[in-house]
Amino acid sequence: MRGPKKRRLYLVLAVGLCLSAAVGLSLAAFSSTLTFFFSPREVMAKHPAPGMSFRLGGIVQVGTVKTVIDAGTPVTSFRVTDGQASIPVVYSGLLPDLFREGQGIVAIGAMNGGGQFAADEVLAKHGSSYMPKDVEESLKNAGKWNPAYGPAPAASEWNTMQVKGSGS
Amino acid sequence: MNENVMTAGRMSKTGAWLHYFANPGRFLRFVRPALPWAAAVSIALTVLGIVWGYAFAPADWEQGDAARIMYVHVPAAWVAMSGYAMLAGVSFFSIVWRHPLADLAAEEIGPVGAGFTFVCLVSGALWGKPMWGAYWVWDARLTSVLVLFFLYLGHIALIRAFDNPAHGHRAAAILALVGAINLPIIVFSVQWWNTLHQGNTISISGGARIYVTMLYPLLISTLGFYLSFLTLVCARMCAAIMERRTRTLLVAAAERAA
Repeated sequence: MRGPKKRRLYLVLAVGLCLSAAVGLSLAAFSSTLTFFFSPREVMAKHPAPGMSFRLGGIVQVGTVKTVIDAGTPVTSFRVTDGQASIPVVYSGLLPDLFREGQGIVAIGAMNGGGQFAADEVLAKHGSSYMPKDVEESLKNAGKWNPAYGPAPAASEWNTMQVKGSGS
Repeated sequence: MNENVMTAGRMSKTGAWLHYFANPGRFLRFVRPALPWAAAVSIALTVLGIVWGYAFAPADWEQGDAARIMYVHVPAAWVAMSGYAMLAGVSFFSIVWRHPLADLAAEEIGPVGAGFTFVCLVSGALWGKPMWGAYWVWDARLTSVLVLFFLYLGHIALIRAFDNPAHGHRAAAILALVGAINLPIIVFSVQWWNTLHQGNTISISGGARIYVTMLYPLLISTLGFYLSFLTLVCARMCAAIMERRTRTLLVAAAERAA
């Protein structure tokens, strides 16, 4: 390979390198805007002003979900946690089917005056582990995995991994 | 004889073997007889994978029957991204080595890839509504795949936008290469940023977090989708070569008559 082909090859590689660097730097610069939601820890650090809309994401803290019926609509209050901080959330309306304790959710809304996050919309985040119900139950009963504490280990380890603690 | 010796001599140089196969006539001779077989196998695999996934694979522990959409959504997404990687690859060959077959491939990959990306977006929306509670959210994964769809559409339009096809091929190849930067963004979007879209279930380093009875139909469906994509692209390329030959013959006949 010689002459114009070689020149074109180097040109394409050089342009590609510059372009990747440019895109990489801009993505790094905009990383906070590209994030779909903020975790409770990030929210606690930033102290968003009441009324400023943002998305809060995390796990529905076990044992905090309370629902009361107010004038025909269910009003649910719960805490969203990321394991380091937690924020109380109130939402009035029907929740998605996947909503439950230990489930990852994203709530869209703003802080109200009382230090609570008033959600206009609650979206459920589902896990990335796929298995039939009976497999999930036997993993849970064997203490190998609890869905409330993160994704399942890789399937190849299900039969060989050591039991961690007593599970339930 | 003389010509053969010369070809063999050039074959030793870098890229010469590529020149040998990047000949439309040779492509037609090798690929056209295989097309009916490839089409039959890809339809059989796709149907097997989807019927297995929808009728026989177990429902998911968390998402129930809604998770079955993955037997369409996941293969479509993989093919959409691989198709664009192929488009970028042939565009690279088009710019550096000016292969006529690379331009032809770029022209025919676009519409097929856009189709698979569309299937991925629509099936994803139908999955999102019952599970997340929304058809669409502007998270990094969904947005970057939408950008992929627009890149495909832009490429389809640009490559056909010039009176001189060579100009169209050049411009579209640059667009395809620039757009390739979107591929790692799609792949890593769920790791780099918080997204509503789930993280990777199957990764090369971390293994698979999916039970075998669901993994097998998924892999078969994926194989079917990949083979369908390749078959469609090759069939379109053969048709384009035949179309070009027909046009040349018609022009020659018209010139003789004149």
